[in-house]
Amino acid sequence: MHPVLKLVAQRVALGLLLLLAVSAVIFLGVEALPGDTAQAILGQSATPQALANLREKMGLDQPALIRYFHWLGGILTGDLGKALTNGQDIAQAIGQRLGNTLFLAACAGVISVPLAILLGLVAARYNGRWPDKLISGITLSTISLPEFVAAYFVIYLLTQLIPIFNPVAMVFPGMGFWERLHAVALPVIVLVLVVLAHMMRMTRAAILNVMQSAYIETAELKGLSPMQVIWRHAFPNAIAPIVSVVVLNLAYLVVGVVVVEVVFGYNALGQYLVDHVSKRDLPVVQAVGMIFAAVYIGLNILADVIAIVANPRLRHPR
Amino acid sequence: MTQQFDRIVAQMRMGGMTRREFVGRATALGVSTALASALYTKGARAEEAKKGGVIRVGMSGGESTNSLDPALAASEVPFQVNMTWGEMLTDVKPDGTLDMRIAEEVSSTPDASEWKFKIRKGVEFHDGKTVTAEDVVATLKRHTDEKSQSGALGVVKGISEMKAEGDMVTLKLAEANADLPFLMADYHLIIQPGGGVDNPTAAIGAGPYKVNVNEPGVRHTFTKHANYFDSTMGHADEVEILVINDNTARTAALQSGQVHMINRVDPKIVELLKGVPGVSIKAVAGRGHYVFIMHCDKAPFDNNDLRMALKLAINRDEMVQKILGGLGSVGNDFPINAAYPLFDDSIPQRVFDAAKAGEFYKKSGHDGSPIVLRTAPGAFPGAVEAAQLFAASAQSAGIPLEVKLEPDDGYWSNVWNVEPFCASYWGGRPVQDQMYSTAYLSTADWNDTKFKNAKFDELLLSARGELDQAKRKAEYSEMANILRDEGGLILPMFNDFVSGVSDTIGGWEDDPNGELMNGRAQVRCWLNS
Repeated sequence: MHPVLKLVAQRVALGLLLLLAVSAVIFLGVEALPGDTAQAILGQSATPQALANLREKMGLDQPALIRYFHWLGGILTGDLGKALTNGQDIAQAIGQRLGNTLFLAACAGVISVPLAILLGLVAARYNGRWPDKLISGITLSTISLPEFVAAYFVIYLLTQLIPIFNPVAMVFPGMGFWERLHAVALPVIVLVLVVLAHMMRMTRAAILNVMQSAYIETAELKGLSPMQVIWRHAFPNAIAPIVSVVVLNLAYLVVGVVVVEVVFGYNALGQYLVDHVSKRDLPVVQAVGMIFAAVYIGLNILADVIAIVANPRLRHPR
Repeated sequence: MTQQFDRIVAQMRMGGMTRREFVGRATALGVSTALASALYTKGARAEEAKKGGVIRVGMSGGESTNSLDPALAASEVPFQVNMTWGEMLTDVKPDGTLDMRIAEEVSSTPDASEWKFKIRKGVEFHDGKTVTAEDVVATLKRHTDEKSQSGALGVVKGISEMKAEGDMVTLKLAEANADLPFLMADYHLIIQPGGGVDNPTAAIGAGPYKVNVNEPGVRHTFTKHANYFDSTMGHADEVEILVINDNTARTAALQSGQVHMINRVDPKIVELLKGVPGVSIKAVAGRGHYVFIMHCDKAPFDNNDLRMALKLAINRDEMVQKILGGLGSVGNDFPINAAYPLFDDSIPQRVFDAAKAGEFYKKSGHDGSPIVLRTAPGAFPGAVEAAQLFAASAQSAGIPLEVKLEPDDGYWSNVWNVEPFCASYWGGRPVQDQMYSTAYLSTADWNDTKFKNAKFDELLLSARGELDQAKRKAEYSEMANILRDEGGLILPMFNDFVSGVSDTIGGWEDDPNGELMNGRAQVRCWLNS
């Protein structure tokens, strides 16, 4: 077997094992919370009789271990079950929201990744001079701003002062592509501001690190322009660390943007997860938790593979 | 007096006065509350309703866990959604009188123990079927079943026999109840075809709009039900309810015109919003109230002198100003205010009196150990700050009140109704009987103050079957006094419903029965532009 394929297979197997562990941890975590689904639903209006009825109806009177394995069996056969709280089919509800999550992440990623790398290259090229300081200063200040502050700022700027966008970014089936883009413009701007600095700084640092090497000096001596040196000689060797940071940020764009979703009323997975955590809707929490974990683990495997492919030394391990 | 009266009527017609202001000033001139309220309705309705358009409402209080089953509705968005597609037998008008909906006539035996509701002819469900007496009985039966987990179980379980004959529904009660027609206005009791037994979440009703899209926690869209029976409602072609839980985004959506009305305007920004063109703030006095509750059967709260000391040690005016931003009114330690029919406004208002509170505290013989008040951010908006204000004013009276912060998670199961002293809230009920029966009758499930008073129970049951309104009012007044002076309830404030409404909306009317015109702003208002 090709060593790269073998490596990928190993990583995927490890990832699956990790997912299984994650499912157990999520289950234990939710079990450990005070109260249960029945109490969370009935709230102040809970009477012992109503609680007992609801628990029986939801199967909450079964032992935790049985419920866990029952659910695990379901997920392996593609059946995520129904939400305990409103009886909606989980797979269907998640499907649409996962699409929205990925759409937002993709929009933010398509803008922020090339922009961050480009800015990183420029910053490295003018290391220590004013373009470098300007780029670093701006991106560091946007990353230092909490997401919700940045969100309120763009709401004020782009819906009140210059009213070109809507503060509420909900998307619905049946919306055209451009309509969707217009709807998600504000959250995309905020997310770009938030993830830009991390990737930009890493690109800059990785390039500068490679620039210390002797072969760069050779490239310079043979008369290449500074930008050509960076692009053709330094960048290919700095890909591995850049990719790992890019992937980390992409994972964040998928799993970690609940604050932005809430502020803009964007109907994606994060908001869905938070609602169901507060109602102790275990099947939904576990399903979404598993999706987030799978995305995270999957993207990290991807980063590893790209790093290996990009580096001949890792491609042929001894 | 006539001149003065004409002047305030003119001022009211020009839109310069809320219902509460108008009624307050008119009654000061000797006009009865009911008449003043009716005059206001007439004056405010002078505007002509316009048809068409899409009314959009931005709301907090919706989650992706919401269901369309009317039995389960508990938070703001499901309530508003259900009021868009559903109709009950009756409803309560803003002036507190009965509004006949699916039922067009109601009558009772003289002892108020058997009620007949005549079903309106030709009312159509969204699926084209006609509403029958059988549908009504099946609906009520479903809510009587404990398995339906209906929020109206307490309302319908007093019905011992239900019968449908022709267009007449007969309800026999286990105990006489003069308020039954008002109880049928409970928002859970939406009439569904076949009672909604087959599919409670189908959202097929007889209301002005049909559900088009139902994405819980995101948005709900509706289109007009062409054969709706009431031409005075349902003016827009379509209605959209968008769930916007974030305060800032909701406010921005109203300002930018993305929605026409919003609920739950943060009291902190009301002053700022008042200066924004194109938007007006509606603060409507309702029946909801914020409370601190003591268990009358647990030490040290089993001592009425100590309870009285705590009631005197709370600064109500300060709470209304600081916690509600002035958008509310002070409470008087019983859960009834002027928004209820048969309210006795002659009961003296209890005020903060540190010296008297100190005296009662000494008289109680309490050992001076800390009295623990439990609170959580979710007990009511501002519950933590309110508890801290309470502790400060109590300490100035020499009472060692201590605040303990509890997590929101599990508050309603681990603290409320369990710990002897905590913060809580009530949403109010359409009539006094229902409020008292829900939480202050000795045997009530939700008797969260463990208040047991034989005289109080006796009065409640007697008033329930009393059709003579003057006698009934006197009985309610006596009950209020008992609860105020002996109960475990500390009720510092009634909160207003604060909504933001765009100036393009016509037909707004302040309604004390519930938020956003008792859930029906989107069907009773119209678009002017």
